[in-house]
Amino acid sequence: MSYKWNWGVLLDPVVTGENATYLEWIVHGFFITLGLTLCAWTLALVVGTVFGVMRTWPNRFGQAIGTAYVSIFRNVPLIVQFFVWYFVVPEILPAAIGDWIKGVKPNVQFFVVSVLALGMYTGSRICEQLRAGIQALPRGQRQAGLAMGFSTAQTYGHVMLPQVFRHIMPPLTSEFLIISKNSAIASTIGLLELSRQAQQLVDFTAQPYESFIVVTLAYVLLNFLILRFMAWINNRISLPGLMGH
Amino acid sequence: MFDFDWQALIASRHILAAGAWITLQVTLVAIACGVVWGTVLALCAVSAIKPLALFAKAYVALFRSIPLVMLLLWFFLIVPQLLKAVFDLSPTVDIRLVSAMVAFSMLEAAFFSEIIRAGILGLSRGQFLAARSLGMTTVQMMRYIILPQAFKAMLPILLTQCIVIFQDTSLVYVIALGDFFRNAVSLGERDGTLVQMLLFAGLVYWLICSTLSASVKLVQQRMQHD
Repeated sequence: MSYKWNWGVLLDPVVTGENATYLEWIVHGFFITLGLTLCAWTLALVVGTVFGVMRTWPNRFGQAIGTAYVSIFRNVPLIVQFFVWYFVVPEILPAAIGDWIKGVKPNVQFFVVSVLALGMYTGSRICEQLRAGIQALPRGQRQAGLAMGFSTAQTYGHVMLPQVFRHIMPPLTSEFLIISKNSAIASTIGLLELSRQAQQLVDFTAQPYESFIVVTLAYVLLNFLILRFMAWINNRISLPGLMGH
Repeated sequence: MFDFDWQALIASRHILAAGAWITLQVTLVAIACGVVWGTVLALCAVSAIKPLALFAKAYVALFRSIPLVMLLLWFFLIVPQLLKAVFDLSPTVDIRLVSAMVAFSMLEAAFFSEIIRAGILGLSRGQFLAARSLGMTTVQMMRYIILPQAFKAMLPILLTQCIVIFQDTSLVYVIALGDFFRNAVSLGERDGTLVQMLLFAGLVYWLICSTLSASVKLVQQRMQHD
């Protein structure tokens, strides 16, 4: 193979006439991926916590809803979920809402759909980890909370969840990493995130190796940033005397 | 709202079946090659030979930090020539199918190796010492004593990973390989039945995966009773 390396291509102005270089496209894609990851992560934490609590809450109805949520979102491939959120949901909602959604700017639609798909999917995984964490707590914790006169909600909020979240920091960290990688699937519905920029560069520059290497390194950088961030949080919330500290 | 058009679904059953066959092929190849290569990597990772251990560690770290979508694109857009040279493929072979199989095999090997490594490390030291004291070589020890136990202990996790692979194969969408999902989408776009095709595809995946997950749970429960 005689491949002509040309790293300078990254600093060339783009051929579409926009006032940007290819490198700026990649940087732009990186920030979209970063924003998407952070938004989806926040949604996943909230949704995962709500359903994780529901699955262990002493209420049959809530437990059934939690079980159904996990079953649906864990047993359908993520790319199918992206497509369902993007193509199906506006169709089965009442026509007025559906039309309003279709009127929103495409880029905004892509981003919101991606946050929903990633967040709800990852939420179902976090839900299971939270449930396992809650069930792994000694029974005495819940009983002691209730015996102190706390309501069930207070027992969860003040006694159980603060312990569970500290315990499940390692799986939460890997979920964070997984969400950043899964965000690449958003390219299939049209979001111009990092992996999509790599494909664009291949189309426009005919220098595939350079663009793929840079974008792959950008993902590695993102992984590194997330690991540092989670280590920092872990440090902030860890309690002396608990879990080997 | 919309009406479900079963006729259109029945009419397109051959294309959907052809896609399902591709999905199955990629899944099975990824599992078979992934387990074999993953076992080799796991043995490297726990081996006393430093360069081997280092190689296995670097391999796993690299493959786990790249999104699957990027990996598939790497293999499809960047190295088809290389693949053609290595496997000496005839021009009629669908390069997308081979790229997908290679990409999935290499990626899943990284995940399998982590699972198998955990299985090996989870065994008690006595197993290694007993094998040694019986005069077994390293190969014999791994083959007859360590790996069988490691695989058994990790069976539920290995099976769960297989379900994950089955779901992940739908990502071959990005390299335009006509698997079950891609064909469902193409049919939907051709006939204007995208909504029902997507719902149908989701339902099929859900049925298969939830049945398989339930079976894995049964295996797990039976193992706990043993």
